[in-house]
Amino acid sequence: MAGDAPLLEVRDLACHFFTLDGVVRAVDGVSLALARGETLGIVGESGCGKSVTALSILRLIQKGAGRIVGGSVRFEGRELTTLSDDEIKELRGHRISMIFQEPMTSLNPVLTVGVQIAENVVRHTGAGWREAMDRAVEMLRLVRVPDPERRVHDYPHQLSGGMRQRVMIAIALSCDPQLLIADEPTTALDVTIQAQILELMVELKEKTGTAILMITHDLGVVAETCQRVMVMYAGRKVEEAPVGELFANPLHPYTRGLMRARPRLDEDAEAAGRRPRLQEIPGIVPSLNRPIAGCAFAPRCALATDRCRAERPELEVRPGGHLVACFEAGRDAP
Amino acid sequence: MSEPKPPAAPARPSLEVFDLVKHFPIRKGVFGRRAGEVRAVDGESGCGKSTVGRAALKLVEPTSGRIVVAGADVTGLSPRAMWEHRRRIQTVFQDPYSSLNPRLSAGAIVGEPMENYGLSRGRETEERVAALFQRVGLRPEAMRKYPHEFSGGQRQRLGIARALAVRPEIIVADEPVSALDVSVQAQVLNLLIDLQEEYGLAFLFVSHDLAVMRHISHRIAVMYLGRIVELADKRALFRQPLHPYTEALLSAAPIPDPARRRRRVVLQGDVPSPANPPPGCRFHTRCPYAVARCRSEDPPLREVAPGQHVACHLRDVGAPPGPLAAAGA
Ligand SMILES: Nc1ncnc2c1ncn2[C@@H]1O[C@H](COP(=O)(O)OP(=O)(O)OP(=O)(O)O)[C@@H](O)[C@H]1O
Ligand code: SF4
Ligand code: SF4
Ligand SMILES: [Mg+2]
Repeated sequence: MAGDAPLLEVRDLACHFFTLDGVVRAVDGVSLALARGETLGIVGESGCGKSVTALSILRLIQKGAGRIVGGSVRFEGRELTTLSDDEIKELRGHRISMIFQEPMTSLNPVLTVGVQIAENVVRHTGAGWREAMDRAVEMLRLVRVPDPERRVHDYPHQLSGGMRQRVMIAIALSCDPQLLIADEPTTALDVTIQAQILELMVELKEKTGTAILMITHDLGVVAETCQRVMVMYAGRKVEEAPVGELFANPLHPYTRGLMRARPRLDEDAEAAGRRPRLQEIPGIVPSLNRPIAGCAFAPRCALATDRCRAERPELEVRPGGHLVACFEAGRDAP
Repeated sequence: MSEPKPPAAPARPSLEVFDLVKHFPIRKGVFGRRAGEVRAVDGESGCGKSTVGRAALKLVEPTSGRIVVAGADVTGLSPRAMWEHRRRIQTVFQDPYSSLNPRLSAGAIVGEPMENYGLSRGRETEERVAALFQRVGLRPEAMRKYPHEFSGGQRQRLGIARALAVRPEIIVADEPVSALDVSVQAQVLNLLIDLQEEYGLAFLFVSHDLAVMRHISHRIAVMYLGRIVELADKRALFRQPLHPYTEALLSAAPIPDPARRRRRVVLQGDVPSPANPPPGCRFHTRCPYAVARCRSEDPPLREVAPGQHVACHLRDVGAPPGPLAAAGA
């Protein structure tokens, strides 16, 4: 990373939801930084706050349900949490774009895909419609939709899931954003289509220099697309490291557990002719509608001590660009 | 009180699906299985995997074809005989919530089928349910709870307990862990494997997750657009996939190891609609090895190496087994 300011800097972000069951601390003091052209992965289990982190950055948290209750989000030197609604709208789809797991829900079913790409271009660049429609064809070609001159007139329902995700990427990149937030962009797709989309994203990133915030629950996707990765648990960041470092030397008991809990595709573990047991992480994630004393992972952690149950571990810097929040970081389970 | 007894190992294969045709023709699907064996059905979504699972239960009537369970042809069974047959094959679904009656307590969900099938009554049922709860890792107190009060992993345990309640021989598990968190997936997979060994159950395990498949199954059938394209021993399949689709599938899955960059076969093009599959070999629109013949002639599923069945013209009788590139593509 160069010495200059990061493209995106999130500090102590907290986003809470106010429900009948109490205050849900969905994101509870998360910090992260992303350099220009970098890909940062966010991994963690369902409900740990990955999407809410992303939505908070873009101020897309549903009003009335929840809101940002603390922290700051600086993008290209501007504070986003205090922008007016118009100002943040101007940023979305232009300087920062987002793609979601299920493209069908974010595409407009009654507009052709060409019009939807062109609309974004017209809104943010002041280009005319003709010019914007040319740009739409060019974008479809870039994301390798076959026969783009014809496809530009298709409606979303006429496209397969993989093609729709390509269209979402085309819209997202149509105004040359500096940052692309991708929330589980391939989770709903077939394995072979997922491979196509990931390959496309990596290639486009290299071509355009767009930084990517890649949200996924799949460590395989992280390994193949990201430079750095942060692991979230119960609304907090528990570990962060360059990808190679994290996989070679995971320090947090939760990260270690996650890596061992997944069966491996590339290894025949059945050496003795018997299927070995997978390493379980006992128990389940805590509910976030009650304040958590101490380390949120303590009830499931084999290394937990009295201290862990009373005191919350803060992130500490370790060698190799590694951050970890654990009193027993790097120790092996008994 | 007694736990369900392991069924006696059937001498003949306990579940066979022959020439099963529904909306998506699944032709020449040969499912021979021994007790205690896991057959995994694998492939992309929309490829017909679940149809196989459902047809095995006769939840859908096969429009042609025959299902054989424990040696008996069940396709034309009377309702009464079908009812008994259903006991022997139980299902565990992807989303246990939609398959559990929300108005019944967890204890009743597991206990009612036992009583319906006359396997136990009253006090004995309650004891057996409690024992089953313990076996699948639920607290017996949880018998009083209702499905919505459980977590996803606990609901899946409840679904498994219900399936075990009637002493089945075969469990059809349709994506049983794909809705669960990674850390909870391991708990449920371990449980399934333990139960299989304990009760001598056969599993028909339907999944799109190759890593899970590799872990849990003994044999694997890979499907593409409603057709089995390769059927082989797990080890043979991973060592040497003989169908081009299997090869692509194995190389497409992301591997959680940044140090290992693999040569990848990225398939071009989209998955065609299963309702309107391409003529000839259904895979020819995406197959990197396709030749003219593939566009018109549908390759049959043939045993090309001991225990390894493949539907591909490249594997014509006489073609040497070996890597695909070497097979003369
Ligand atoms: N509108 C809402 N009202 C109340 N709680 C919410 C709302 N949206 C999210 N939450 C809660 O915030 C927490 C974080 O949710 P988030 O969507 O960020 O999870 P995630 O990490 O993206 O999970 P997944 O992998 O399932 O997408 C969860 O506990 C969720 O229940
Ligand atoms: S702080 Fe304690 S409980 Fe938390 S992860 Fe580390 S060892 Fe486990
Ligand atoms: S039959 Fe032809 S198209 Fe089909 S898998 Fe074999 S080589 Fe490919
Ligand atoms: Mg999410």
